[in-house]
Amino acid sequence: MSEPSDRLKKDLTRHFKERVIEAVLFLAAFVSVFTTTAIVYILVSESWVFFQHVPLTDFLFDTQWTPLFDDAHYGIMVLLSGTITSSAVAVLVAIPLGTLIAIYLSEFAPFSVREVAKPFLELLGGIPTIIYGYFALLFLTPLLQKIYPDLPGFNLLSAGIVMGIMIIPYVASLSEDAMRAVPMALREGSYATGATRLQTALRVVVPSAISGIASAYILGISRAVGETMILAVAGGMQPNLTFNPAQPGATITSFIVQVALGDLPHGSIGYQTIFAAGLMLMLLTLVFNLIGFYMRKKYREAY
Amino acid sequence: MNQQELQNLRSMIVAHKRWDYLFGVLGILALMLGLMTFVALFSDMAVNGLARINVEFLTSFPSRRAANAGILSAWVGSVLVMVVTAFAAVPLGVAAGVYLEEYAPKNWVTDIIEINVSNLAGVPSIIYGLLALGLFVYTFGLGQSILTAGLTLALLILPVVIVATREAIRGIPQIIREGAYACGATTWQVVSDHIVPYASAGILTGVIIGMARAIGETAPIITVGALTFIAFLPTAPFTGEPPAGLFDWLFAPFTVMPIQMFNWTSRPEAAFLNNAAAAGFILVLMTLTMNGLAIWLRYRLRKNIKW
Repeated sequence: MSEPSDRLKKDLTRHFKERVIEAVLFLAAFVSVFTTTAIVYILVSESWVFFQHVPLTDFLFDTQWTPLFDDAHYGIMVLLSGTITSSAVAVLVAIPLGTLIAIYLSEFAPFSVREVAKPFLELLGGIPTIIYGYFALLFLTPLLQKIYPDLPGFNLLSAGIVMGIMIIPYVASLSEDAMRAVPMALREGSYATGATRLQTALRVVVPSAISGIASAYILGISRAVGETMILAVAGGMQPNLTFNPAQPGATITSFIVQVALGDLPHGSIGYQTIFAAGLMLMLLTLVFNLIGFYMRKKYREAY
Repeated sequence: MNQQELQNLRSMIVAHKRWDYLFGVLGILALMLGLMTFVALFSDMAVNGLARINVEFLTSFPSRRAANAGILSAWVGSVLVMVVTAFAAVPLGVAAGVYLEEYAPKNWVTDIIEINVSNLAGVPSIIYGLLALGLFVYTFGLGQSILTAGLTLALLILPVVIVATREAIRGIPQIIREGAYACGATTWQVVSDHIVPYASAGILTGVIIGMARAIGETAPIITVGALTFIAFLPTAPFTGEPPAGLFDWLFAPFTVMPIQMFNWTSRPEAAFLNNAAAAGFILVLMTLTMNGLAIWLRYRLRKNIKW
C-alpha cells in the first residue's frame, strides 16, 4: 500500500484556523450569557447598597413612595399597584380580542384575508411605544372624557387600553401559531362528525393548543408589565396606591423614566432606588417568562 | 326517525350555522378594530402634524418657540446611533446564530446559551437601560454618548437578529452542507461560502425588523441619559484630527427622534404638541417603511426560493 499523497495529510494551520474561528463564534454566542449576568450583577449590586439604607420590610410593606422627598418612604407596593392596575386593563383588552383574532385567522379566514391580516398585525406591533403613548394621551383620553367627564387628563385607564391594543398582535400571532400547530387530522375528524367551524375551533383546536395559547397570554402579560413609554406619557407618573384605573398613577417602569429624566448624582440613594425598582421588575417579568417558556416547551412536545 | 325529530335536528343545525357565521363576523370586527386604531393613530398625527413638516422642520434645532423648533439634532442623533447599533448587532448576532446552528455541540453550555437568548428577548427594554447605565456609563466610563446608546440598542435587538439568523439557516437543506463537506470543505468554508450567503436574505429581514424596533425605542435611551434639548450636532463622523479625532462623534452627547417627541408631548402648549405629532408622523413613517420592507423581502423569499 502506497503512502497517501501530501495533499491529504492533516494540515495543522488549517486545523488551527478552524478552531480559532469556532472560538470567536462561540464568544459571540456567549454575549447573551454575559448580558444576562451583567444585568443581574448590576441590578443586585446597586440594590444591595439600597437595601443597606432601606430595610426590606419597609420596601415591601410601606404604603408610601416618596423617595425624592425629605421624608423619604420606599413602599414599592405603591408602584406595584400602578403596574398591576394598568396591566390588568391591558390584559382585559388584549386577551379577548387577541384570542378572537387568532381563532378567526387560524380557523375561519380565507387564505387571502390571512395573507393581508398577518403582515398588517405585524406592522401594528412594530409601531414605537412612544407613538402609542401620544395616542393614549391626546386621542383616547379626550375621547373617554366625553363619555366619562370626571376622568383626569392623566390616567391608567387609557394608558392600559392602548397598551392592550399594542399587545394584541403579540397575543394573536403567538396563539395563532399554537393553533396552526394542531394537526389537520384532528380538525378533519371533527368536521367528519358534522361539527361546524366554530364547534371545531372551540372544542377541538383550542383545547389541543391550550398550553401554547396560555403561554401567549403569559408572555403578553409580561410585555404589559414591562411597558414603559405609554405609561410615562399618559399615566401621570404620580405615585398613587390605588387599583382604580380611572386615576393617575406611577408604575415601576414610569418611575425609572421619571428619575432618569432628572439629574440625580451617581451613587445617591435616589439613583439606587431605580435599580431596586428595576430588580423588582426583572423578577416579575422573569417569573412570567419562565412560566411562558415552560408552557411553550410542553406544547411543542405534544405533537 | 319521525318528522318531529327531523325538525329538531334541522333547527339545531341552523342554530349552529348561525353561531358559526356570527363568530366569523366577530372575528372580522376584531380585526377591523385593529385597523381602525391604526387609521385613527395615523390620521390624528397627520392632521395635527402635517402642517409642521417642511424643510425647515428637518433642518432646525429644537427651540423654546414651537414655531421655530425642528428635529435636526434628533434625526441626526437617531441615524448615528443606528450606525453604531448596526455595526455591533449584525456581526455579533449573525456569528451567534451561525455558532448555534452549525457549530454548537449538544451539551449544557449550548442549552444555557439558548435559554439566555430566549429569556433576553423577553426582558423589558428599560432593564437594558439600567444595564447600560451601570455598565457602559459608569463601569466602562463611556459616558452618556452615542456609543453607549448604540451598544445598548444593539444588545436589545441581538435576540431578534440571532433568531432570524437561526431560522434562515435552518431553512437551508442538509444536502447543501453534505455536498460541500463531500468536496473536502472545512466547517468554516461551508459556513462562509454556502450557509451565510444563502441565508443572507433571511438575515437581512431580521436585521431590518430589529433596526425598526431600535429606532423607536425610547425608554432605554432616556435611562442612559440622552439629553432632551440639544442645539448642536456632534462632529461629523471621520472628520476630526486622526487618529483619535476620527471617533469623536461616538462620545458626543445626543438626542434621538423618540426622545424629542417625548419631550414635546410632555409640554402643555398646543403648539409643541403639533411638533410632537409631526415628529411622530415621521417616526411612524420610518418604522412602517422598514417593517414593510422586511415583510416584502420575506414574502419574496418565500415565493422565489425553491431548493
